[in-house]
Amino acid sequence: VKTVAYRLIAVAVIGTALTLISDVFFTSSNLLNVLRQASLTFLIASGLTLTILTAGLDLSVGANVGLSACLAATVMKATGSIALGVGVGLFCGAAVGILNGMMITLLRLPPFIATYGMLWVLHGITYWFMAGDTIHGFSPGFRSLGSGYWLGVPVPIFVMGAFLVAGGIFTRYTTFGHDVYTIGSNREAARLSGIPVRARLNLVYVLSGAMAGLAAVVYLARLNSAEADIGEPLTLPAIAAVLIGGASLFGGVGSLFGTLVGAVTLTLVLNGMNLLAVDANWQPLVTGVIVLLAVWIDVATRQRAEARA
Amino acid sequence: MRERIPGVGWVLALLIVVFSIFGAGFATASNAINIGVQSSVLLLLSLPMTFIIMSEGLDLSMGAVLSLCGVILALLLAQARPLPIALAAALGVGVSFGVANGLLVAGLQIPPFVATLGTLGIAQGVALVMTDGQSVVGIGVRLPALYNSTLAGLPFSVLAAAVAYAVLHVVLYHTRFGTYVSAVGGNREALVLAGVPATRYHVAIYGLGGLMAGFAALLLTGRMNSGHPVAAIGMEFDAIAAVIVGGTSFERGRGTLAGTLIGVCTIGVLKNGLNVLDVSSSLQVASIGLLVIVALLIDSVRGTP
Repeated sequence: VKTVAYRLIAVAVIGTALTLISDVFFTSSNLLNVLRQASLTFLIASGLTLTILTAGLDLSVGANVGLSACLAATVMKATGSIALGVGVGLFCGAAVGILNGMMITLLRLPPFIATYGMLWVLHGITYWFMAGDTIHGFSPGFRSLGSGYWLGVPVPIFVMGAFLVAGGIFTRYTTFGHDVYTIGSNREAARLSGIPVRARLNLVYVLSGAMAGLAAVVYLARLNSAEADIGEPLTLPAIAAVLIGGASLFGGVGSLFGTLVGAVTLTLVLNGMNLLAVDANWQPLVTGVIVLLAVWIDVATRQRAEARA
Repeated sequence: MRERIPGVGWVLALLIVVFSIFGAGFATASNAINIGVQSSVLLLLSLPMTFIIMSEGLDLSMGAVLSLCGVILALLLAQARPLPIALAAALGVGVSFGVANGLLVAGLQIPPFVATLGTLGIAQGVALVMTDGQSVVGIGVRLPALYNSTLAGLPFSVLAAAVAYAVLHVVLYHTRFGTYVSAVGGNREALVLAGVPATRYHVAIYGLGGLMAGFAALLLTGRMNSGHPVAAIGMEFDAIAAVIVGGTSFERGRGTLAGTLIGVCTIGVLKNGLNVLDVSSSLQVASIGLLVIVALLIDSVRGTP
């Protein structure tokens, strides 16, 4: 709780600084824009949070968004059915998650290797499938999912809120949620206390994949176009959001609310750079530095706690 | 302990037979040299990656660092600086990133895949900012001339890869540094207790990775006749795949350079053969992922020795 409070203070400090520097920042349209961008990062990062809570990682989320969005776009264009397109996107995301889970629990590959390999496999399939094409122009009904407003607030923010509440209850008040934390804290103890570790891990990676599929659908609705490379820049920010949010790579520590704060913090920084007219080429550099800082804080905190114990 | 041929050796043999039968022009001397040229950059990355994975580490930044080194090399050559100075600058940048990775991993104890994911972003960002996302062309004639030179019928890049293999073989199997490489991963505590400056060796392992990325940039820039900020993005995946299918283990600090060489050849043959069969390059990337899974399955079926 204390760490989340520190992070909220960080958000407040960055927000105040940006308000002082830029007169566009503290306008409702820009703030809603920040939240709308953060909602996409949050959707991807929420599934990722589960994998990191189990001391794993899912490096394939960005590539998964890319393939799911391209498949959803193709099906929607071909059939004209929104429901079918959305279904295909979600299914593709979850199917990738099943494969990740199988590599991790059956082949016993380290999660970062399995999902990193999956990243490049998905990358290859997506580029081959799209063959350089762009699919664009979807029905207004579908686009409102990404760019529409309800009660003056962008729709993706409602999607984010819904999943924050549902995910929060799921991780905090269900057996599954408790098991996830236990597996991350001490996998051997979890196994000995009768938790079906493999089944839980499989479900965690399926959820991570399904959230990537959902993010793909929302992203597609906002961009109104799909290309092979749209998922690529999304992985690093999602990982950054989870780590800024206080989750530990060593497992067992973190929360979805923390990840939300992380997603908002990161988006504030990137939005600020945008408002200050900093070249977008700087974004991977800044995100990389933020990831390193966040992990370093995690490691240093842990080492201090161990030294005290 | 007797070293066995890793499972991928059988895959390599099978691939060569299949491509020779179905691919017209695959089994020719000129295509064999072609595969060597195409695989040379990958070998330069895979050799230090073997050291890094033997130390229970990983370097995801290698492709991005290689791209950045290539951009710096090309920018300096485009300003008509002498080739040795441009190469020294590229190697310096490569080593700096490698040492930075090492300090993050060994000094600050940050898990290697995240530490190097962070430096990946930084190296890629620097390369993009320096070039504004554009190719660097007009690099003069000296580097292409060097790259296209041959000795006894063998292209420069193949010779460079062979020299790198020989040197790193000596380093791994006949020096104190090499002895400590697997100990850093498998039994770091024992090293420290024996009074070995383990952190220094650990940093040096990652520094070697950066250095080799710099040399690889020389070959890649010579081949492309230009520098590009995202030219080698993802190449670290091929290198990691080559090392894994070559039988190096993530967990026991065990591996061999010969296995990695077989892994690199398998990936080279696979890509080249799929090219001959006219399979799109995107699917070739996916096929490497499949190769890793097949090789791991073969090794797990045969059991750990």
